[in-house]
Amino acid sequence: MKSFTYERPGTPAEAAAAVARTPNAKFIAGGTNLLDLMKLQIETPTHLVDVNGLGLDKVEPTPEGGLRIGALVRNTDLAADARVRKDYGVLSRALLAGASGQLRNKATTAGNLLQRTRCPYFYDTAQACNKRQPGSGCSAIDGVSRQLAVIGASETCIATYPGDMAVAMRVLDATVETVDAKGATRKIPVADFHRLPADKPELDTILKAGELITAVTLPKPVAGTHIYRKVRDRASYAYALVSVAAVIGKDGTGHVAFGGVAPRPWRVEAAEADLPRGAKAVTDKVFAGAKPTEDNAYKLKLAERTLGAVLTEARA
Amino acid sequence: MKFDTPAGTNPIDRLKVVGKATDRIDGPFKTTGTAPYANDWHDPQAKLAYGVVVGATIAKGRIASMDLGAAKAAPGVVAIVTADNAGKLGKGKLNTAKLLGGPEIEHYHQAVAVVVAETFEQARAAAALVKVKYTATEGAFDLASVKDGAKDPGDVQGSPSSSSVGDFAGAFASAPVKLDESYETPDHAHAMMEPHASVASWDGDKVTVWTSNQMIAWGTRDLALTLDVPQEKVRMVSPFIGGGFGGKLFLRSEALLAALGARAAGRAVKVALTRPQMFNNTTHRPATLQRIRIGATPDGKITAIGHESWSGDLPEGGPEAAVLQTRLLYAAPNRMTALRLVVLDLPEGNAMRAPGEAPGLMALEVAMDEMAEKLGIDPVRFREINDTQVDPEKPERAFSQRSLVACLRQGAERFGWDKRGKPGQVRDGRWLVGMGMASAFRNNMVLKSAARVRLDGKGMVIVETDMTDIGNGSYTIIGQTAAEMMGVTLDKVIVRLGDSDFPVSSGSGGQFGANSSTSGVYAACMKLREAVAGKLGFNSADAVFEDGQVRSGNRNVPLAQAATGGDIVAEDAIEFGDLDKTHQQSTFGGHFVEVGVDVATAEIRVRRMLAVCASGRILNPKSARSQVIGGMTMGVGAALMEELAVDTKRGYFVNHDLAGYEVPVHADIPHQEVIFLDEVDPMSSPMKAKGVGELGICGVGAAVANAVYNATGLRVRDYPITLDKLLNRMPDAA
Amino acid sequence: MVAASATAALAAVPSAAGAAPAGTDKPVLAKVGFTVNGERRELELDTRTSLLDAVREHLHLTGAKKGCDHGQCGACTMIVDGRRINSCLTLAVMHQDASVMTIEGLGKPGDLHPMQAAFVKHDGYQCGFCTPGQICSSVAVIAEIKSGIPSHVSADLNGTYEVTDAEIRERMSGNICRCGAYSNIVEAITEVAGKQA
Repeated sequence: MKSFTYERPGTPAEAAAAVARTPNAKFIAGGTNLLDLMKLQIETPTHLVDVNGLGLDKVEPTPEGGLRIGALVRNTDLAADARVRKDYGVLSRALLAGASGQLRNKATTAGNLLQRTRCPYFYDTAQACNKRQPGSGCSAIDGVSRQLAVIGASETCIATYPGDMAVAMRVLDATVETVDAKGATRKIPVADFHRLPADKPELDTILKAGELITAVTLPKPVAGTHIYRKVRDRASYAYALVSVAAVIGKDGTGHVAFGGVAPRPWRVEAAEADLPRGAKAVTDKVFAGAKPTEDNAYKLKLAERTLGAVLTEARA
Repeated sequence: MKFDTPAGTNPIDRLKVVGKATDRIDGPFKTTGTAPYANDWHDPQAKLAYGVVVGATIAKGRIASMDLGAAKAAPGVVAIVTADNAGKLGKGKLNTAKLLGGPEIEHYHQAVAVVVAETFEQARAAAALVKVKYTATEGAFDLASVKDGAKDPGDVQGSPSSSSVGDFAGAFASAPVKLDESYETPDHAHAMMEPHASVASWDGDKVTVWTSNQMIAWGTRDLALTLDVPQEKVRMVSPFIGGGFGGKLFLRSEALLAALGARAAGRAVKVALTRPQMFNNTTHRPATLQRIRIGATPDGKITAIGHESWSGDLPEGGPEAAVLQTRLLYAAPNRMTALRLVVLDLPEGNAMRAPGEAPGLMALEVAMDEMAEKLGIDPVRFREINDTQVDPEKPERAFSQRSLVACLRQGAERFGWDKRGKPGQVRDGRWLVGMGMASAFRNNMVLKSAARVRLDGKGMVIVETDMTDIGNGSYTIIGQTAAEMMGVTLDKVIVRLGDSDFPVSSGSGGQFGANSSTSGVYAACMKLREAVAGKLGFNSADAVFEDGQVRSGNRNVPLAQAATGGDIVAEDAIEFGDLDKTHQQSTFGGHFVEVGVDVATAEIRVRRMLAVCASGRILNPKSARSQVIGGMTMGVGAALMEELAVDTKRGYFVNHDLAGYEVPVHADIPHQEVIFLDEVDPMSSPMKAKGVGELGICGVGAAVANAVYNATGLRVRDYPITLDKLLNRMPDAA
Repeated sequence: MVAASATAALAAVPSAAGAAPAGTDKPVLAKVGFTVNGERRELELDTRTSLLDAVREHLHLTGAKKGCDHGQCGACTMIVDGRRINSCLTLAVMHQDASVMTIEGLGKPGDLHPMQAAFVKHDGYQCGFCTPGQICSSVAVIAEIKSGIPSHVSADLNGTYEVTDAEIRERMSGNICRCGAYSNIVEAITEVAGKQA
């Protein structure tokens, strides 16, 4: 880990300004992913702006009937929030399926959105990785890729977004709110928040330098059965091989997003009309154009069968 | 003390302390964070410096150049040691690859430097500034693709690499019912919770290393050999060890580099491997490819059994001895086994919990399940039919004890084996449910083991031996042994372990530790009893040590009184004769497992587990049971998730951390039940005990695999059994 | 959370150190104060120092263990401001005025916390290395269940939660025990939870 200076600003705008004016600065909130990466020198900030004191730790109702989740709300608190549990069960379930109790106590809403890939080649600084070191190549494409992306990847990178929370937010049509150094705010649909790698896999999201996430808003609740189904080799404390976030109505219509398959939460709205026809009709469309490796081709079948199980559960 | 005739009645048979399910005497320290592990060492007088290891980033080749300039100039750096400036280094007898590489690189993450700095943070940052240029050369990394070039490795663990009895080929060819299948087990990591860690400090030409090592005498010898100093100049201290499973049997790089770093820095240096370094820097259980052939008559008598196994290791390394149990487990007149070895340039392969038997039984016991099904015979019954009470290769050698059938019968009854359904037929909600079983088998090894025992004027008995406690309960069973022998309660015994200044013990490994080391304590206590009796004017032959007293005839003297004039010290070793040659000494068990397989996703979860074990006298049923459930847990990992993923182009284990190399977590493990058969084995030792710490893992993987088959009707022959290997064959979920 | 309220620019970083030119890799020292097991501690640390290393290497409380240093094993678990966290994945300087509880604060040999005693009784360990983390987590898990925090295995998100085997196993899954004492640990936690109920 390289040396860094450290400060704790008092307001979101000050925090954004601090990162914007200091070269190679980063925000730190929960720190559970950033420090992990800093220890391996995958991330090498020389200045850390601690945002934990900014007061962005509340879950509040919005005038539109939704919820505004402060960027610093811890995963545990968000999952346990009575309104989230009652009206956005898929989000609560996704959070609880992720990481461990200790990590959820520390990890924040914004930080979880920014969680970087778990690709093993990204994590080994001796290996070629375009995401970690642009232009160095990709060892994963002809390496061990059982965990990696089957769709949305590129010639330069087949890393997956590893998180669970964002998959639920994707199916809930959440919006990410930010502030920049000048105090300007913007609202980014979570659908647009994570980038596909194309030729710039080093950029995980569309955030600009110094842009600080302040909140995530959820629109008013969608009726239906909320299900988050995470499939993994061991029963807990593991990243998804495939996950399905779904809100399914009584008539079998609904919304569905997939995790563990792509560089971002993967949702194809156009396929959702086929939900009443069953899982295969949906996944055939959702995964049209998928380019799996030999190691991870199983994810296509797994996604179909997992969605099938989700639809069975929703009917029950 | 020589142990060369079967044990008669002795003081241990009183079982006042031994054999009781006593809480561990080290428990209050372990549960309060006050048990000192290697990395916890701290001396306010010593100005400790911190070393961080730099690992090679190629699998095979040479260092072309090293640039230490930036690292040397980094803040706080005190010293950097590389092969260039370390001075003349030898190699430990039990190391295959060098612990400090360069210029030749033998495997990925082989240590090439240690950077020592004032603080851990500075050392870590400076280590990243060491710039090494390598010239990589071609290596062999893929076992399957080089298998055909395999060679006969010669003798393995004192046994020939091949064996043959009768006419295997002819008998197999003519057998009415035949099985010929291949199985694969992957490379496994020990993944003990405590990383390899050492603190070294020199006093003149003598070095003391606070370390984490299962085998203190091997460690001191090999550190001395590597440093090229006399062994008496090396002291190793290892009172608590945060798990080993074979991964800490040997001197490893962090201990050597702590010693070299401390010498270069002129002060104490602490070095721990980082978790991501452990998987490629240290040893692992090698992958195997196995072929098993079984021929039988329609009534289930095995007429021919053949087991071959291929594995790889670095040059001068050895094979994974996956066929040895097949020489002993089932009767058959015609038999063959063979071990074959290829050179692989992956990190060094070596022992991990039940080396040989663990992966060997993962194949053999699935083959037995498959054969039972072909024959239409219940798997438990099939094993009973083929039981033997003698070494099937050398029928003149009887087993000292062999209760395999009793274990299987009792297990079947307890587990409700008769309720097992047909493959793929039992459903519980979203789960396909199945039961599986396997025999457990592990040889009982014994090693010479010494101890020193002291009686003080307060009546305390102090035991010192370089035996280690790696979680196997050594503190407690050694204390129980001394208490039983000297006729005192356990709280009158102090046990000191893991210091090379103490008499040399068996150490912990190969499930030889409990039986051997307590026998060494038994021997020392016999001497102490003689000395005490002599001091008190008793005839030692008829003195009874009981209730803190020594009694002879109607004279009764407090034990402490013998030491009022000064401590009485006795030292002895147990040395084993040839009872383990004239008789086959092994431990047996039966594993029973119930799994659920998700009908949609093929996720596999274990629902119930039972082990029934026969392994001689159980010295402490509480800690022995923990050893067994620990083995069962590791067996579940091997069956369902553990695999060091080999990048066959780049030559290393890719998933080199605990997020990538998944081991079982709490949620993977159900309640586990263990039954010990009431057994004593006088052939084994004066304790009449045998090992049990590795028996617990033996056969578990196969029992899980057989349960998955019973649940789904789908057979997977390459471990781990993950959902992707089932998914395409799973029935329609609806 | 106590730390979160301390928003004023805590002089965690002296201005001179804060102005150190980026990239020189010169250590940046910062002052931080927090309580550990009820005792106020003031430290001046390299900003890179994790809470775990601060407590182990600077305060010489070595009960919490470094098993992986990456949040993948749970051996470093401490209870900070009432919540269990991986102390390896947080910086000491981020915990100004925090209340840190380590295994040493729960009990001592001869004066064991009920959870420590239950681990001894049920042999909820073998090598003992993960044990301080398991025990800190166990104590926190019972509190989490009582305070109504759901888990992955809770059947009803809007219900109340009991200390069942399944709940314990899921909630304890962030604490790996390679010796495989899980079955015994569940029994220890169940006993303590039952006594408290």
